[in-house]
Amino acid sequence: MTLIGWAQIALVLAAIVAAAIPLARYIAAVAAGRITFLAPVERAIYAAGGIDPARGMGWKGYTLAMLAANLAGFLLLYALLRLQGVLPLNPQGFDGLSPWLAFNTAISFVTNTNWQAYSGEAAMSYLSQMAGLSVQNFLSAATGIALALALCRAFAGGGLKGLGNFWADFVRVNLYVLVPLAVIVGLAFVALGMPQTLASYVEATTLEGGTQTIPLGPAAFQIAIKHLGTNGGGFFGVNAAHPFEGPSALATSLQIWSHQVIPFALALTFGHIVRDIRQGWALLAVMLAFVVAGTWIVYAAEAAGNPLHIAAGVDPAQGNMEGKEVRFGLALGALFVATTTGASCGAVNLMHDSLMPLGGLVPLFLIQLGEVLPGGVGSGLYGMIVFVLLAVFVAGLMVGRTPEYLGKKVQAREIKLAMLAVLVLPAAILGFTAVSVVLPVATASIQDKGPHGLSEMLYAYTSAAGNNGSAFGGLTADTPWMNTTLGIAMALGRFAYIVPMMAIAGSIAAKPKLAASTGTFPTHGPLFVGLLAGVILILGGLQFMPALALGPVAEHFVLAAGKTF
Amino acid sequence: MMTILRPAIALVVLFTLLLGLAAPLAFTSVAGVVFPTQAGGSLVERDGRVVGSALLGQNFASERYFQPRPSATTEADAENEGSPRAVPYNAATSAASQLGPTSAALLDAVKERIAAYGGGPVPADAVTASGSGLDPHISPENGARQVRRIAQARGLPEERLLELVAQHTEGRQFGLLGEPRVNVLRLNVALDALR
Repeated sequence: MTLIGWAQIALVLAAIVAAAIPLARYIAAVAAGRITFLAPVERAIYAAGGIDPARGMGWKGYTLAMLAANLAGFLLLYALLRLQGVLPLNPQGFDGLSPWLAFNTAISFVTNTNWQAYSGEAAMSYLSQMAGLSVQNFLSAATGIALALALCRAFAGGGLKGLGNFWADFVRVNLYVLVPLAVIVGLAFVALGMPQTLASYVEATTLEGGTQTIPLGPAAFQIAIKHLGTNGGGFFGVNAAHPFEGPSALATSLQIWSHQVIPFALALTFGHIVRDIRQGWALLAVMLAFVVAGTWIVYAAEAAGNPLHIAAGVDPAQGNMEGKEVRFGLALGALFVATTTGASCGAVNLMHDSLMPLGGLVPLFLIQLGEVLPGGVGSGLYGMIVFVLLAVFVAGLMVGRTPEYLGKKVQAREIKLAMLAVLVLPAAILGFTAVSVVLPVATASIQDKGPHGLSEMLYAYTSAAGNNGSAFGGLTADTPWMNTTLGIAMALGRFAYIVPMMAIAGSIAAKPKLAASTGTFPTHGPLFVGLLAGVILILGGLQFMPALALGPVAEHFVLAAGKTF
Repeated sequence: MMTILRPAIALVVLFTLLLGLAAPLAFTSVAGVVFPTQAGGSLVERDGRVVGSALLGQNFASERYFQPRPSATTEADAENEGSPRAVPYNAATSAASQLGPTSAALLDAVKERIAAYGGGPVPADAVTASGSGLDPHISPENGARQVRRIAQARGLPEERLLELVAQHTEGRQFGLLGEPRVNVLRLNVALDALR
């Protein structure tokens, strides 16, 4: 680790927090319907859909509308992927995807996971990328943010009947937040070197007289929303490690900024909506602390290098360079690892599979903690609030009072629903992994032997159920078994979490809002920040310890003993 | 039921047209006008022919050129389905080795590359495959270590080549971001121009 490395990390994190402050206020204004510069477009969309944006929806109505929009998006994307061979804008003449792969990919992009069992430049037509995958990058991100806004509103007043109108939230978040940001960031990405063209691939004659096929495409715009929406699905196979998708250290820094700024801003937006900004800062502090800690561990592990390679004659100065690009450096690589997995983005600028054992432990663990640090756009905030309810419940148990949060009593119903939501992740991750490490049809997908092989399988279901999308890429993912089970894990991780979470929102909304008294446990100070961090670590992380001990932790000790597989 | 399905279908179709076609097509035309070179893939031409992209690495196997980092890219082999051939710097399918830190295959490959490089301590980037398989850069140390070989192959003085590597070393962006590096394609184009 070097001082200049930490200066890079500090600069990018400062830029994220600085931009999150005004963006939070803006998103709160969008949520309240006060931003109207595209009002004619908005009205036309409402007219076409027969939507009354002022009609309030209860938690069931809001959730059903969300599910219907996601189902329609899934079906259209599945059809597009299957039929891409006969559709236009396909200069390379790629065939339609197999049913398994199309199912997996459609679920993946609708759930904001962007797990990719295909390689973009070798499988996807320009139409599929633009009108299929890119559209779901917008819609799944808007879905997450809309749900988070609904949950925020539940805490804003007492005896509320409605949580807002899903269609209005969905349309406004797209038009006023995601599209403008994607256009601005996208243009910056083109300036930095990312292609944006409909021309077909170019055949180059190299200096030595060989040939090289240079892939192109409408990449920059899609890459912009892929980061801003914490989707993470690369336009090219190796994602942001590709020189066209991550042309420079500045580009990779801007990508980190893009997949952190909205999740961090939403924590503060929560503060604005409940009219107590300190509550938002408390959540942001927990998120930031985990990002910094995760970055530190990855940076230290990678900078130390691989002892076996050093013993064989590699200069330790550069650290572990397998799977990494020279232009980014280890500091921005480590920050990318921690932010992309803390935020359920899943884009990568280095290969997680080739990280040192403890470097690879961090992304696994950050996803397993529930994707709330800061989590995906919207999903991070609603996941964090579920943890907050559990934290105030734990605090209430310790002093023997009925817990409350922001004047809302937290009772048995909410805690049962919160536990139901929190248990989805371990059930899906550990259940599918357990089955897949004994079934030959699944173990055939594993590349590395030894503990690292277990980590590959564990990472796949962790990434899918956590809706992250990054991978230990040695795993062969495009098989019927992996495509199907990972697809189910993604759907469970998204929707089986959302339904109980929205039930909590409905139940909280209806409760009266009590005034704070001297007995109220303050939820904005360092004590609460520490308690919340502890609850996330224990309730979110403990159940994964045995699996992690058998994977990356075992590999760390085996490596220290000089053993390879 | 229709009160939910109609808006759902209408929004998904409208947003597909708006965000999936209208917006990216408009964005593509603007990008092509404002940043034509970058939008087109930063292609490098010599004598009117495309010799590569300034951003993508390409393979140099000859003793007479600076060699890039090892690359894990492959190409499907028609005769041997399921086990693709190694084709370094195949930009049609970017790929990494994805080998883990306790991989024996990785350790063997590293040892082999160290031997081919002329023994240690060897700069790490010279014996490890990049994340993309298309890394256009090497570290300045890696470049300097290759000078002796090229000087012998081309009959040029070593000082001249060391100077060339130093000239082509790019610093951190704004003096802060990333790492110092040398673009291999640009360095080799300059090398060919040396007399």
